[in-house]
Amino acid sequence: MIKNKRVVIRNHSAEANLFARRAFIALLGIFVLSVVLFHNIYTLEISSYQKYQTRSNSNRIKLLPVAPNRGLIYDRNGVLLAENKPVYSLEIIPEQSKNLKKTVTELSALLNISQEKQTDFFKELKSTRRFKPIELTSRLSEEQVALFSVNQHKYPGVIIDARLKRYYPFADLTTHSLGYVARINSRDAQKLNQQDKAENYAATRNIGKLGLEKYYEDILHGSIGHQEVEVNSQGRIIRTLSFNPPTPGKDLTLTLDIELQMIAKRAMAGKRGAVVAIDPRTGGVLAMYSNPSYDGNLFVHGISSKDYKKILRSTDKPLLNRAVQGYPPASTVKPFLSVLGLEDGAITPHTQVYDPGWYKLKGVDHKYRDWLSYGHGKVDLTKAIEQSCNVYFYDLAFKLGITKISEWMEKFGFGDDTGIDILEESSGILPSIGWKRARRNKSWYTGETLSVGIGQSYWSVTPLQLAQAVTILVNKGKINIPHLLAATTTQNSTEQIIHEEKAPIKIKHPINWDIVLNAMHNTVQKPHATGHPAFVDSHFDAAGKSGTAQVANKAQNTKYVASDVTENKRNNAMFIAFAPFKAPEIVVAVAIENVSKGGGGTNAGPVARQIMDQYFGDRQFSSEIRQLPKGVK
Amino acid sequence: MRSTGEDQHKTPSFWQRIHIDLPLLLGLICLMVLGLFVVYSAGGQEITIVIKQTTRIGISLLVMLAIAQIPPLSYQKWAVPMFIIGIALLGAVLLFGHIGMGAQRWLDLGFMRFQPSEIMKLVVPIMIAWFISQYNLPASMLNIFYAFLLVLLPTLLIAKQPDLGTSLLIASSGIFVIFLAGASWKLIVTCAGLASAFAPILWTFLMKDYQKQRVLTFLNPEQDPLGAGYHIIQSKIAIGSGGLHGKGWLQGTQSQLEFLPERHTDFIFAVFSEEFGLIGVSILLFVYMLIVMRGLWIANNAQHAFTKMLAGSLTLTFFVYVFVNVGMVSGLLPVVGVPLPLVSYGGTSMVTLMAGFGIIMAVGTHRRFNA
Repeated sequence: MIKNKRVVIRNHSAEANLFARRAFIALLGIFVLSVVLFHNIYTLEISSYQKYQTRSNSNRIKLLPVAPNRGLIYDRNGVLLAENKPVYSLEIIPEQSKNLKKTVTELSALLNISQEKQTDFFKELKSTRRFKPIELTSRLSEEQVALFSVNQHKYPGVIIDARLKRYYPFADLTTHSLGYVARINSRDAQKLNQQDKAENYAATRNIGKLGLEKYYEDILHGSIGHQEVEVNSQGRIIRTLSFNPPTPGKDLTLTLDIELQMIAKRAMAGKRGAVVAIDPRTGGVLAMYSNPSYDGNLFVHGISSKDYKKILRSTDKPLLNRAVQGYPPASTVKPFLSVLGLEDGAITPHTQVYDPGWYKLKGVDHKYRDWLSYGHGKVDLTKAIEQSCNVYFYDLAFKLGITKISEWMEKFGFGDDTGIDILEESSGILPSIGWKRARRNKSWYTGETLSVGIGQSYWSVTPLQLAQAVTILVNKGKINIPHLLAATTTQNSTEQIIHEEKAPIKIKHPINWDIVLNAMHNTVQKPHATGHPAFVDSHFDAAGKSGTAQVANKAQNTKYVASDVTENKRNNAMFIAFAPFKAPEIVVAVAIENVSKGGGGTNAGPVARQIMDQYFGDRQFSSEIRQLPKGVK
Repeated sequence: MRSTGEDQHKTPSFWQRIHIDLPLLLGLICLMVLGLFVVYSAGGQEITIVIKQTTRIGISLLVMLAIAQIPPLSYQKWAVPMFIIGIALLGAVLLFGHIGMGAQRWLDLGFMRFQPSEIMKLVVPIMIAWFISQYNLPASMLNIFYAFLLVLLPTLLIAKQPDLGTSLLIASSGIFVIFLAGASWKLIVTCAGLASAFAPILWTFLMKDYQKQRVLTFLNPEQDPLGAGYHIIQSKIAIGSGGLHGKGWLQGTQSQLEFLPERHTDFIFAVFSEEFGLIGVSILLFVYMLIVMRGLWIANNAQHAFTKMLAGSLTLTFFVYVFVNVGMVSGLLPVVGVPLPLVSYGGTSMVTLMAGFGIIMAVGTHRRFNA
């Protein structure tokens, strides 16, 4: 039914009723839709309130990590060895600067900033929010800082930012023991993640890479702090809500004596090798110096490839910490072997051996030579040690056999880490039948036992191990683990570190210790003994033993002349010493590579003497050290 | 049921003489004043924004007052010419219109720019109401069909600009007239069916990429929380974190710290919810309901089919504004550019809306002279 023409007479009442019905239905629809709207908002604001409240807060509240200050490191006398020095950088907040271009140009002229840095600045400007500071130049000198400070009022929005950077005032003197910190790299980050420490390092830029800085990283680092701030959607900080300060790392006080380090460096000038000095009463390391060394500060800022190549390519290998690298111990092992011989009954103090200048095994043609070609004649134990008679110890080694020797030497820590608190330690090599089978897959020859008797063959000992072995000897079997850390300090308290002891070496006749120690005393005190020349007229009562190690094998019946062989095949000089003889306070081990003349007594002995002179005598470097800058603390 | 005879014996009140419906006016002013406070908070607490918005409110009230003076039946005479001019302007927009924000909505007249689509918000219901009211109600099938065509033409032109929000409002205003004219339920159901069948065509051929993106974002905002989903996620966080009491005026962190986009315009409801909570929202929705109910009451009391349908359609369209805006801000509907009526910052829509209320008031107050 389609009516498509206009009507003149309309049924108003019917139309009004129709409209009223439709309006009512529309109103119902509106109610329903309003209920839907209301329900949805009720769900958001009431049922899910917690969820959205949390999300709203996580939008606006940011936790800014605040890095703790790294603990400082002092030597035993409180001289600062590692400090945190402020490094200044010049930054500009773009939105606060009135005329950015003019400001940059003027500042560059004032502070002599390179064109390259200016270009970098404008490049970074494009990708940075206007309220975030952008670095114009870093590592300002004190002079530049002063120059800018005077003119600061002219440049609104330009600020100086100070960051603390690790600084080692003694540079190469301490690098091998302290190590250094450097930028956290991806490997470090991964490791931190694995150890669940990543959160604690959120604001930290550098981490210990070597030496004590690495070993005591956890103590030195401290715990992170947080600043809770309110930010807007662009990340601009509106206000600080709360501040939870970081806990600074603990300061370390070392057993190391920087003056002895200085003496060691001076005594080792021009030589490759290492010096280790230990206080036998505690095991505290008084000096540990490897020459040549390098400046750890270079690594803190990120070393340039030029500098790094220079260090890496040096034939003197300055990166090597020679204090913990193995050398043939040579005759320095003779005292240890002697104690075993006495204890085992293979010899008595009065056993005499005739030395014609060589030793021969039964049925073998090979002559094992003494260092003195015409021989020492009839020698007993004391004389054998004083004169460092090889034939006596060939005989002793033969009588004992390799198994007894290596078992005994193991007790002195040879062939194993000493447990000192740096990680770069090498364990050296203590030869034995088992070792040779495992490493070389060869059986042991008796001739090699003879070489072991004079500290040659495969035997390799670090200067630190040697010093430690002497410490055990002078302590008559008592073993203190060598260490560098003496105490840790926080703002409120100092904690002395108690280092563990190992089970002592027990022998049946303790007098055997004294017999050997006496012989070592003679070695230094008796005229014509091998250790004597270095210690003439000393103010202290020292004992010791020299060693001269053959680096390259020489043919039978030929004479070693240093100038005949290339530098790196020349003999090494070794020396061990302790003083005072009655109650030892210091043990020194010295290793010097490829000496051009003489042996352990004449090359390494004087180095040990100078260390001891400094230790017992007038402390000649004291005044110099007091002039050095103290740290920020 | 009304006794119009008695009315004629009453002396018209002051408000009746200036053709203002006082309850409706109070409701509107209530909304606009509330809006001022929210705009101040959302607009970075700048007084200049409040001054501008106050000026707009003043202009809108004057426009409303002026339009209320026009006898509503006189629109019948102008319906066809106005509609033709409106369509022509929409065509002109598509041909010469000013492009802004990715859409072509503005017509630059040299001294001012204006959106012809805004005028159509009034012209379309006038046109449809006029067309249908010429015949007896309920409207016949054929007339309803013609009426649909009349609605479809401006709707498509505006959708093409593209301005989905406005085309939706204009389509609603025409369809409401048809609904109030008594279109049969069978037809309504059929049309709803056809509309849903039309949806895939709309998706494939008519919607622009950014519109499609809005729908996709609506369906799953968390999929792209920093990109397309950002608006709606931040808006829901703002509303949800308001809780029962809200964070307090000027204390909304989502809005004050600028996490919420379009704070003082389309998303002002989120600011309001964050700062005034569910209690504030309830009051706001209640005021809207009062206005809608008053509008329907006026429509129902009108004595001519044309004015009934016109006032009814304008009132219902006003509710569509509210529903679409609140729905989109609270994540119930996809984001289309529809402001929260009389609260959002912005001039054009407010003037048009108040002009619409001017017509409704005219319908309510001129009846004795036109009955």
